[in-house]
Parts: sequence; C-alpha cells; structure tokens
Amino acid sequence: MAGGLGQGTGKSARTYAGLGVPLILPAWLIIGIFLVVPILIMLVYSFLTKEFRGGVIWEPTLAAYDQFFFDRGLFGDEPPKIEWTYILIFWRSIWQAGLATVLCLLIGFPTAWFIATRPPNSRTIWLFLITVPYWVNLLIRTISMKFLIRDNGPLNQWLLDAGLISEPIHVINTATAVQLGLFYSYLPFMVLPIYAAVERYNFALSEAAADLYASRWVTLTQVIIPSVKPGIIAGCILVFVPSLGAFLAPDLLGGAKNFMIGSLIEEQFKGAAGNWPFGAAAAMILLTMVLIVLIFYARSQARGAR
Amino acid sequence: MKNLLKTGASALALSLMATVATAEGKLSIYHWFEYIPQELLDKFAAEYDVEVTLDTYDSNEALLAALKAGKLGQYDVAVPGDYMVEIMGKEGMLDTFTDDEMPLKGNILPQWMDVGFDPGRKSSIPYQWGSTSFSVNRDVYSGDIQTTDIIFNPPEELKGKINVLDTAGETLTLASIHLGIPQCTTDREQLKALNDLVQNAKQYWASFGSDVAKDVLVSGDAAAGMIWNGFGMKAREEGANIEYAYPAQGYIVWMDNVVLLKDAPNRENALKFMNFLLEPENAAAVTNYARYTAGVKGVEPFLEEAVKSAPELNPPAGGNPQFVQACDEEVQKVYDTIWTNLKK
Repeated sequence: MAGGLGQGTGKSARTYAGLGVPLILPAWLIIGIFLVVPILIMLVYSFLTKEFRGGVIWEPTLAAYDQFFFDRGLFGDEPPKIEWTYILIFWRSIWQAGLATVLCLLIGFPTAWFIATRPPNSRTIWLFLITVPYWVNLLIRTISMKFLIRDNGPLNQWLLDAGLISEPIHVINTATAVQLGLFYSYLPFMVLPIYAAVERYNFALSEAAADLYASRWVTLTQVIIPSVKPGIIAGCILVFVPSLGAFLAPDLLGGAKNFMIGSLIEEQFKGAAGNWPFGAAAAMILLTMVLIVLIFYARSQARGAR
Repeated sequence: MKNLLKTGASALALSLMATVATAEGKLSIYHWFEYIPQELLDKFAAEYDVEVTLDTYDSNEALLAALKAGKLGQYDVAVPGDYMVEIMGKEGMLDTFTDDEMPLKGNILPQWMDVGFDPGRKSSIPYQWGSTSFSVNRDVYSGDIQTTDIIFNPPEELKGKINVLDTAGETLTLASIHLGIPQCTTDREQLKALNDLVQNAKQYWASFGSDVAKDVLVSGDAAAGMIWNGFGMKAREEGANIEYAYPAQGYIVWMDNVVLLKDAPNRENALKFMNFLLEPENAAAVTNYARYTAGVKGVEPFLEEAVKSAPELNPPAGGNPQFVQACDEEVQKVYDTIWTNLKK
C-alpha cells in the first residue's frame, strides 16, 4: 500500500525522498517528548511505592498491581481473593464505551451516507453543521445537556405540556444520562471518517450490484460496507477510545455515583487517596487495553490491504 | 499612573487593563472556586500596582495534589482548610513570616490566633470559617431536619433526592458524626459500621458533587444536599426554599486560611496581600461575597445586613461542632477503601 506512489515514479520520488527525514522530525520530537516520555514516567511510577498523601518513594514494588487484582479485605490483612471492584469499574467503562460506539455507528452511518450523497456544494454546509458544536468546549456542552435533561428541565417540561407524559422522565444521574452524554459528545467522530470513506465510494458499484440482481440488503452488506469499512473502523476507534477514558459525562451527568476508569484514575491523583502508583497502574492497564484494540485494527487493515 | 488609578474615576475594565499594562509586580493566587470577589482582587491590584492571577481548585486534597505534582514555586499564596494547613506544614510546603512582616497580625481574633494547625500563626492568617452540614428543600420535606438522619437514613420524601459532597474527608466525617464514633478511629467494629452505613445510605443518594452542591439545590435536582453554610446561604438567596441544618448529632466546622507558600515567586506581594486581607473592610468584603464568617476584628460595620442575620451563619449555642482530623496512613487507607467501595 505504502509503495503505491513511491515505486516506479522515477526521478521525482527519489528527489523528494531525502526530504522525508527532516520533514518528519518535528512530529517525531513532539510525539517523543510529549507522548512517549510521559508514558514511560507513568510506567515507572506504577512500579514504585506510594507515598502517603500523593507522591512516590523510589522503591520498586508490585503493590499497585496487587491492589488492582487482589482483594485483601477492608483492613488489608485477609487472605487475597480476586478483586472485583476494579474489574467492575473497567467493565462499566467498556460497556458504556461499546454501547456509545454502536449507537454512534447506527446514527452516524446513515448521516454520513446522507451527506456524501448530497450535491457537492451543499455537502460543505452539512459538514459545517456537524462541526459547529465543536466550537463550544466539551465541558460547556455537557453542562448544557444537564440543564436540558434534568427532571424540571425544558425537555421534560415540553413533554409534560404536550401531554405526552404525566410525570417527568428521570434521566439525570443515571447510566442512561452518561450514555447520552458520550453518544452526543463523540457522534461527529463517527460521522466524519465514514463520510470521507463514502465520498470516495464508487457508486457505479451499487448500480452494478443492482444490475446483477443483488437485493438492497446484499448490496449494503456485500458491496458498500466492505468498501467503506476503513472509515467505519476508524470512526469506531475514535468514539470508543475517548469514551473509555471519559470522566466529564460520568461526573456531570451520572452524578459521579459510580467510578468509570477516568474518574477512578482522577481520584488517585486529586482525591484523598493520593495513590499515584495505583493511578499510574490503572492508566497502564487502560493503555494496554487500548493498544490491543489498535493492534487488532492495524492487523485487520494490513489483511485488507493485501 | 498609580495616582490616576487611585482617583478611581476610570471604568473597572479600563483600570484592569491599565494595571496589567503597568504592574510593577505580580501575585499568583491558588484559591477555592467562587470564594473571592473580583472587585477585591481589582482593588488590591490597583492599590499596590500588582498584576494578580487566580487559579482555582475544588478540594483541599486537589490543592495538595497539585502542589505535590510540581506547582509549588508557581503560586505565592493558597487557601487550605485547617487540617490541610497542618498537612502542608508537615510536608514542608509553607514559608513562615515574622510579626514585622505582617503588621496587621493583631487584627486576628484571639480565638483564631493560637490554633492547633499553625500555633502562633507563623505561616497562615484566617480567611473565613464556617460549617459543613446540609440544606433541605422545605417544599419537599417539612419535618424535623436537625438530624443527620436526613442524609444517612432519610425520610421517604427525600429518598433518591440527596446530593453528598464528593470528598471522602467531609462525607465520611459527617457519617462518623452520625454514628457517634471518633474520627480516625482504629476500632475495627466502628470502621465496619462506617462502611456499612455509607454502603446502605448510597441507595438514597442521587449524586456526589462538591462544586455543584449549590446548583443542584437551586435547580431542584436535589431536595437535600450536604453543603457548606455560606454556599447554602447563597443557594437560598438564589431562590431555593431551603433551610440549613445544625444537626443535633454534630456538624463539621472548618477554617480556611491564607498561607504563604514555600518558594513563592513574589513573596513581598504575598505578604502585602495577606495584610490586605486582614483589613476589616476587605475581610468583610469576602464575607459579603462568600457568605461565611471572617476571623478578623472589626468587620461588623462593613457587613451586609443579610449576613449579620443569616440563620446559616449563626449556629445555635451548644451543639457539637467538630474539625476534620488528618488521619494517619493506616486509617486513611481504610477510609480510601471504604470510599472506593462506595463508588465502585
């Protein structure tokens, strides 16, 4: 795939090839300094001894990972059992992020398809409308959603006034509200990559499929979806990964009643626990999970390219 | 320029711009959210020709974490609560000042002078003090509210409509008061009882939130909520029909203090600012804004009537006020486990 342009184009490719290293250098430096180094610090911290009220003592230990996987009771002196607390918190985050991804896909795919099939000049307007909410900070948007969905907020008020419901629908401070927040926050991340894929899709293929007596369903599943699959997978990753670490929606819409991975980690650094090694370990475990997803994606991409 | 500013005829925005443009020095404050009026900062900036910047935090623990994570040396002053002053002192995060450097130190009320968390006031001055208990919406519940049962064993009307503070320190301390057990107890039965209490009470709670504690009461999302007395007064003044309780079992009292941070980049200005806050008129301005109580003599003439007569700020005689204690590592670990279990 990578060789497509470079190979066989002769002199010009060779002329520009030498420029590659200096051009990529700033990106490498930024990634190296601001991404790789912090992750390494985090990795090291996760194996250090916790200092009371935040901070670390430079003595290596597995205590943070032990705390994650083993339950030793309220006073820490019972024989170790499997610790379900953090597994539960991680499972809650994965479930919420997965559901948000599925919902975003169900709404995002038709939306992207709709936009990509408009005349080119009106597509710009539709895309513009998709990105408008992004001019406002995520925190403000999440608080706005809280205003909208609260028990005596406008949405419930309209439904009551219209006589559609007799009692306010209680959504605020529930898992549903968290889901709503995640779905709303990350929907454009699904629409945009799918749109980019659909826009490149050769609609003659659909016509050809129809000419060969393929039903609409078969055309969709056998022709269209395989063609735009890279866009779908990219969209899913862009929704799933940030949802997994989200803490604004759980805090503001879910009432901070149940930890998600993000808020659990935040608590280790900002809260009374002040357990930096454990926060780092939880973050490393999260990072490992995300990496597994990305490797899975990369491999499926490579297979697709072959 | 300074004179021009002091004539005070210029508009606020203009004076602010002028200050920024010509300030001779800087002052970097690390403070709680919604706790100091902008006018007072502007006044200090104009009087001393100092450019003031303000960052905020939402809990004592968040303040400590930020300073530990490398922000020490970046701020001049911070405003920790009583027990956190003690912790920060032990962590070596505080600088000391002499009496000469704090000419208005004599303005501190005698009862706030020789405090346990900073004997003799070597590193801190009083900012405001107040209490932590809860407010209840009187449209929803009209019964007796002077009991911690409201939060931990609520009447039918309040079930599922309660907000508690999202800090283990205050919420678990109020729970200890409810049970009548000492803070930082090492007694296993008592700690188990504490764990069981909050585990069971959680079903009645709608949300955990500190910075939203006022908002949820005003909007009606919560019908009862743990809150600081001044914040509760603000909520009432914003239209919520709520009443602040001084429960019979006891309640939390605290004092926030302006501390001189170690390695303050603008130590001189920090001292000027602390002195400035000891002037009765300025301490009163904070009280009028934040609705807590100053620890400085002579504020009364400058106080608003509403503050003087507010039920939130006039605790009944007697009662059982308790300062939050800083537990040792062993007990704190159990508290952390209880808190994580509660929110899992």
